Amino acid sequence: MTTAEKYEVVIGLEVHVELSTATKIFCGCKNKFGGEPNTNICPVCLGLPGSLPVVNREVVRRAVKTGLALGCKIAARTKFDRKNYYYPDLPKAYQISQFDMPIAEHGKITIVGKDGSRKEIGITRAHMEEDAGKLVHLTKTGQIADAEESLVDYNRGGVPLIEIVSEPDMRSSEEAYNYLITLKSILKYIDVSDCNMEEGSLRCDANVSVRPWGQKEFGTKVEIKNMNSFNNVRKALDYEIERQVKIAEAGEKIIQETRLWDGGKAKTFSMRGKEGSHDYRYFPEPDLPPFEIEQPFMDEIKKEIPELPVQKMDRFTEKYGLPLYDAGVLTQSIETADFFEEAAAKCNEPKLVSNWMMTELLGRMNEAGTESISKTNITADSLSKMIQLIQKGTISGKIAKTVFDVMFKEGGDPEKIVAEKGLVQISDTGAIEAAVDKIIAANPKAVEDIRGGKPQGMGFLVGQIMKETKGKANPQMVNEILKKKLG
Amino acid sequence: MELHYDTIENLHKRLIKKEIKPSDILDSVFKRIEAIDPKVHSYLKLTKERAYEMAKAAEERIIKNDNVTELTGIPLGIKDNMVLKGVETTCAAKMLEGYKPPYTATVLTKLEKAGAVFTGKLNMDEYAFGSSTENSAFGPTKNPWDLQRVPGGSSGGSAACVAAGLCIGSLGSDTGGSIKQPASLCGVTGMKPTYGRVSRFGLIAFGSSLDQIGPITRTAADNAIILKHIAGRDENDATSADIAVPDYSALLKDSVKGKVIGLPKEYFIEGLDPEVKQKIMDAVAVFEKLGAKIEQISLPNTEYAIDVYYVVAPAEVSSNLARFDGVRYGLRDKGAENMIDMYKKSRQKGFGRETKRRIMLGTYVLSSGYYDAYYKKAQKVRTLIKNDFDKAFEKVDIMLTPTSPTTAFKIGEKAADPLTMYLSDIFTIAPNLAGLPGMSVPAGNDSKGLPVGLQILGKWFKEQDIYDAAYTFQKNTDWHTKMPSIY
Repeated sequence: MTTAEKYEVVIGLEVHVELSTATKIFCGCKNKFGGEPNTNICPVCLGLPGSLPVVNREVVRRAVKTGLALGCKIAARTKFDRKNYYYPDLPKAYQISQFDMPIAEHGKITIVGKDGSRKEIGITRAHMEEDAGKLVHLTKTGQIADAEESLVDYNRGGVPLIEIVSEPDMRSSEEAYNYLITLKSILKYIDVSDCNMEEGSLRCDANVSVRPWGQKEFGTKVEIKNMNSFNNVRKALDYEIERQVKIAEAGEKIIQETRLWDGGKAKTFSMRGKEGSHDYRYFPEPDLPPFEIEQPFMDEIKKEIPELPVQKMDRFTEKYGLPLYDAGVLTQSIETADFFEEAAAKCNEPKLVSNWMMTELLGRMNEAGTESISKTNITADSLSKMIQLIQKGTISGKIAKTVFDVMFKEGGDPEKIVAEKGLVQISDTGAIEAAVDKIIAANPKAVEDIRGGKPQGMGFLVGQIMKETKGKANPQMVNEILKKKLG
Repeated sequence: MELHYDTIENLHKRLIKKEIKPSDILDSVFKRIEAIDPKVHSYLKLTKERAYEMAKAAEERIIKNDNVTELTGIPLGIKDNMVLKGVETTCAAKMLEGYKPPYTATVLTKLEKAGAVFTGKLNMDEYAFGSSTENSAFGPTKNPWDLQRVPGGSSGGSAACVAAGLCIGSLGSDTGGSIKQPASLCGVTGMKPTYGRVSRFGLIAFGSSLDQIGPITRTAADNAIILKHIAGRDENDATSADIAVPDYSALLKDSVKGKVIGLPKEYFIEGLDPEVKQKIMDAVAVFEKLGAKIEQISLPNTEYAIDVYYVVAPAEVSSNLARFDGVRYGLRDKGAENMIDMYKKSRQKGFGRETKRRIMLGTYVLSSGYYDAYYKKAQKVRTLIKNDFDKAFEKVDIMLTPTSPTTAFKIGEKAADPLTMYLSDIFTIAPNLAGLPGMSVPAGNDSKGLPVGLQILGKWFKEQDIYDAAYTFQKNTDWHTKMPSIY
């Protein structure tokens, strides 16, 4: 047993998701990323004296939808609270959040490991809150401490957030990574957020501790912040687990604290001790009366929740006979899944559609950095037509790759591409026989060897025939005719 | 033409008969202000130029008979905690000196639409914290009945200017008695409507769960006119009630026959000035003579009201005033060395003693470990106090009590002793905690010639009952017509 294996890792994640509503959570300002600083602001999101918040109904709707999709119990009655603390990006010096009556609680989601193993991760709660503004430090060195002046952009202030808190149910960085992938996938399925981590619309903090196997109490937890990608979350957790195990092994005490991940240095650094932890003085927001989530409202939202990724994955493996891995990849986004199903239905070749999507389409999208299939030139219609051309024998699999290349780069109908580029497969027996005869005549040595009981030369001859026909000969027919001629 | 002591009712009649013009009323009011206000100091800022523009617009409306209301052309003063776009709004706090809000409070927008004319912004206790207007950072307002005495507070400027003929009516705001108590001390008619009756949007918050804007006038009929124009649901204030607004002034009834009037015994206690008590009993006798039925009732939890109030209100204060941090507007200390220092020094310099006292109180009661013992408990007792009223109002239509235990006290008399000062609101705080509407009407003068106020309490959203009682009382007495002899 290695040192690391002596310890059990315990991870819980807090994920903040910006909802992609048209307007902010408590005012009518546009909810828009970027733009000129301080352009999407008003007295309410600036917290000017006398201003009052009003709840954006769409935020509540999306929060309920999120809660339902995460298997949560939706509160019949919920309220907002004030979380009080001073920071220049927080214009009221309190954040309107939810404290003891969150809109959703007690949920769970299933994560699926590479080996197909399943695990349920508990969702403690999901609550609504407002985002803060952004500080810009004017500094020559890039260090906040050296900044001569700091500016605040309140465009992000009041952007609606949902904070999703997991139970400490994850036992490895891999599970944490998996949880995030699954969570993001669910949130995108239900269309509440664009979940763009680079743009900050999905942010993740992790709580991690280690304890010797068998110990019931949790170890001292450390909070890690500032991880701006899922990969960084995994790296930061791995680093932190190693750090904590080392401390534990040395018989020293792990300090409860918040640490910042520095991606460049690939290390976590202590930010502030938690012993002087903030007293946020939560109390019910008097400007927003508690409200009920009524059943008809909830029923209406329930109907909008589509089949979720894990269910869809299971259906894909069962209905289409896809390997679990492929089904997992194809169901990560609803768009990819829909594309697959549409193409599969059109050509009735789900396996081929899956193969072409997995190896060619998604691969090329990755290379090109394309986020969604809709941004490529490939449509479910064109892909299925191309597959039908293979099935009919009009083109070979090999030629299909050339056709696919053209489709990906320029778009267009595969039949037309095949016709225009003269890529139609030669299935005319006479033409193939002529080519076979020519190659047999030109390669007496190889022919001799094969007839003498050394079939290894077959491949060479087939290759020569394909070359002779510029790759257009139907490979199956070439094989058959060649075998017959060599008798 | 002396018009400054006339009523809204009468001025309206003369305006539509074209006997007078809005500018005539303004001339009279501003002439009076120039002569008297240097002694009274009810205004912090005059908006003379704007007022004459508004009067001109009102005149055109009257000439064209275009959407003329009872308030068209009527000069009103505004307490300086309601924001008016482009006009300095300070809350009588050094912190906000020079602050020009970029938007207008809903009540003021409504009054502007009705054609009212704003004379200026009125003095008050800093952030409305006080019962004497001595806490104004810009100097106290004097009681027009005796310039050595306080006008009450926090809406001291709003009450004094009506009493001294420095406007025809005014807006005040009431959290623990800030309309009713100064109305009482200045011998005018002040209404604190039901919590939720009038929009708070644009009212700089003190205690968000208690604050309510209301009119101060010389008669109940005038008061009813203003309230009907400012009341009603506002989409910008989630706590404003979606309950239809009656035409209070048109519905006024000169009768209390058969009405059941409750006299809560807890409001006739030791510490109540015997002369005040006598005037209240005289008033009760008037009602009885007019056919009302008088019932002795009890509100047993009254004794806890002040304690509860001084937990709940400061808690909200500590959070509401956190935004005054020197970052975006208002006073910022230039000598600060860093961010925390900037917060500290700006707040130290920008806030007065009483403001700091309430922020500290509120911060304390919301602190972790004290929240349950203070804030939560206070909210529970608040419910008990509300239940007292609920029960009592099953048997009575309205209640009569003194508004304040004494008549106007001397400037400086209570300033050093906050607890004695707090007792000045002992009769107004309990109904305010319950969110009830209440009014103070003049009920005579004591042996020093100082006015005594009668508090009339009604059921939730039954301002009409209060107006009817006050109107009937004023039809049968002439206390409200007595004005101080100040020249």
